[in-house]
Amino acid sequence: MSLVSIRDVRKSFGELEVLKGVSLEVARGDVVAIIGRSGSGKSTLLRCINGLETFHSGSITVDGMEVGGGKTDLRTLRRHVGMVFQQFNLFPHLTAAQNVMLAPTVVTKAQKGEARHIAETLLAKVGLAGKFDAYPSQLSGGQQQRVAIARALAMRPAVLLCDEITSALDPELVSEVLRVVEQLAAEGMTLILVTHEMRFAREVGTKLIFMHQGRVHEQGPPKTLFAAPNTPELAQFVGSLH
Amino acid sequence: MTYQLNFGDLLPYWDVLAWGLLFTVILTAVSTAAGLLVGTGGAWARSFGPKWAGYAVGAYVELIRNTPFIVQLFFVFFGLPALGLKMTEAQAAFLAMVINLGAYSTEIIRAGIEAVPKGHIEAGASLALSRWEIFRHIVLKQAFMKVYPALSSQIVIVMLGSAVVSQISAEDLTYAANFIQSRNFRAFEVYFVAAGLYLLLAIGLRAVLRGVGRIIFPKA
Amino acid sequence: MSDFTFSVILSNLLWATRWTILLSLIAFVSGGLVGLAILFARVSKNRALRLLTSFYIEFFQGTPLLMQLFLFFFGVALFGVEVSPWAAAWLALTFWTSAFLSEIWRGCVEAIPRGQWEASGSLALNYIEQMRYVILPQALRIAIAPTVGFSVQIIKGTALASIIGFVELTKAGTMLNNATFRPFLVYSLVALIYFCLCFPLSWYSKRLEGRLNVAR
Repeated sequence: MSLVSIRDVRKSFGELEVLKGVSLEVARGDVVAIIGRSGSGKSTLLRCINGLETFHSGSITVDGMEVGGGKTDLRTLRRHVGMVFQQFNLFPHLTAAQNVMLAPTVVTKAQKGEARHIAETLLAKVGLAGKFDAYPSQLSGGQQQRVAIARALAMRPAVLLCDEITSALDPELVSEVLRVVEQLAAEGMTLILVTHEMRFAREVGTKLIFMHQGRVHEQGPPKTLFAAPNTPELAQFVGSLH
Repeated sequence: MTYQLNFGDLLPYWDVLAWGLLFTVILTAVSTAAGLLVGTGGAWARSFGPKWAGYAVGAYVELIRNTPFIVQLFFVFFGLPALGLKMTEAQAAFLAMVINLGAYSTEIIRAGIEAVPKGHIEAGASLALSRWEIFRHIVLKQAFMKVYPALSSQIVIVMLGSAVVSQISAEDLTYAANFIQSRNFRAFEVYFVAAGLYLLLAIGLRAVLRGVGRIIFPKA
Repeated sequence: MSDFTFSVILSNLLWATRWTILLSLIAFVSGGLVGLAILFARVSKNRALRLLTSFYIEFFQGTPLLMQLFLFFFGVALFGVEVSPWAAAWLALTFWTSAFLSEIWRGCVEAIPRGQWEASGSLALNYIEQMRYVILPQALRIAIAPTVGFSVQIIKGTALASIIGFVELTKAGTMLNNATFRPFLVYSLVALIYFCLCFPLSWYSKRLEGRLNVAR
C-alpha cells in the first residue's frame, strides 16, 4: 500500500488551472524527486499534500488519512507530514533548540525534559549540536536549513516534504544540507523533494517525477530517465540545465 | 433635555454650515500649499544645509511634534500679539496650520530625500549638474513620490485637526456648528452632522490626493 | 511682582498637569483594551465583524477628535445621564485611541511574513497556538515603537478636553492667561510642559525603531 497516494488532483488559482489531473503513488522509503520548469505546478502539488494549498478535484491520501474535504483534521495530518521550506522560515525569536522543541511541546504535549532530549538528538543528527542555544540570526543559511530539517523531524513524520530547500542557499552551503537529506534517505525516511539539484535527484532519488504544464509528464527511475528521456520535453529540460 | 433627536431644526442653518465647510476647505488648501513649501525648505536644510540650520530646523520640528496644536494656535493668536504682531483669527489659524504642517512635512520629506539612493546623486554630479539642479530634478521628485502616501495622510490629519481653530473664533465648520447649537440647542444633532461632513471631507480629500498623485507620478 | 506671578503661574500649571497625565494614562489603558478587542474582530473570519470594525475605525480616524468629544459630551446627556467633562473626555479618548491602536497592531501582525504562518502550520499548530507562540511574540516586538509613539498623540489629545471644560494643563493655561494677561509667558510654559511630557516618549519610540531596524 502506498504511503502517499495522489489521484487525479486538480487545482486552479482563479482562472488559471495549475494542476490538471496529477496522479502519483509514493511507497514507504521512496525518495521522490519532482523536477520541472517554474510554473509546472511542482511546489503547488507538494503544498497540497500537507494542506497548505487546497484542491478542488481528485484525492490525496497520506498514511490512510484523507487530505482535503471537510473530513480532514489538518492538525492530525500535519503530525504525520513534515515540511521544509525554501526560505527556512525559522522562528527568529526562538533559539535553534526552541524552534525544534516548539511543536513537540505544544502539539504533542511532550514534557520539557523529553522535548529537550529530542532537540539534542536531532540537532546532533544534522551536525549542529554546538548551536543548541544559537538564534537563527547567528546561523548561516545552510545551518538554518539544517535546523529547519531537525524541526520538521521532531514530530516524527511519516513523510518529509522538501520544497526547493537548497534554492535559497549560497552554492558552497548546498552540500551540507544535501548530505543531511542523503543520510535521512539512507535511514529509510520517505522523502518527496521538489528540487533543481539534478545530481542529487539522480544519485539519491528512487523515483523521478517530471512535471510539465500541470501534469506528471514522465515518471520512473532517475538514472534511466536522465540517460534516456522518453519525451522531448524532458530531454529539453535536462538539456537546458547544462 | 432632548430625548428626541430633531435634525429638522438644522435645516434653516444649512448655509451657516456651508460657509463653515468652505472656510475649512480653503484653510486646508492654502495651509497645505504653504506648509509643504516650508517642509521642503526644512527638509533641504536638514539634509543639505549647514549644520546650524539643521539643528535649528530639528529643534523646530521636535517642538511642534511634541506640543498640542491647540497650544500652538493659542500661542500664535494670543502670544504673538503681545510681541506686537497683530493678526485676524483667520490669519492666526493659517499661520498656526502652516507652522504645524511644515514641521511634520519636514520630517516626512526628509525621510524621502534620504531614501534616494546615493548613486543617483553621484550620477547627477558626474553629469555636471549643480547641487541645486540635482536637488530639484533628481532628488525632490523621487523623494515626493516615495513619501506621497505619508504626506497625504498627514494632510488629512491636519485637516481634521483644523477643527480646533474654532476656539479662536475662526469661522470654520466647527465654529458654524457651535454657533448653530447655541441658537437651537440641538447640540448632538448638529455635531453629528458636522462630524459627518468632516468624514466626507476626509474621504474626499483622500480621493483628491490619490488622483493628484496618479497625475503627477504616473509611473508609481 | 513678576517673580511672584511666574511662580504662581508655574505651580498652577504643574498642578493641572497631573490631570493631563492621569487622563492620558487611563485613556491609554482603556483604549488599548478596547483596541485589542477591535483587533481580534478586525482580523477574524467573521465578515460582519470585520465590516463593522472597519466602519468603527473609519469613523474615529476620519473625524476630528474635537467632534468626538462634543458628541460624547452632548450625546450621553441625551439619555438623561449627567456627564462630566472628565467622563466625556475619557470616553472619547478611549474610543479614539482604540481605533488607532488596533490599526497599528494589525499592521504589526500583518507584517509577520507568511512563511511563519506556513512553517508553524506545517508543524500542526492551530490558529491560537500560532498566534500565541509564533506570531504575537514577533508582532509585539514590532509594536512597541509605534505604540509608544502613539502615546504622544494621546497626551496631545487630552489638550482638547479643555474645550469641554475639563481642567487639565491647557485649560489651566487659558484660565491663567485670562487672569494675568501674560499670554506669551503662560503659553510658553504650557508648551514647555507638554514638551517635557512628550519628548522623552518620542525619543524612546524613535530609539526603539532604530534598534529594530539594526536587528533585521
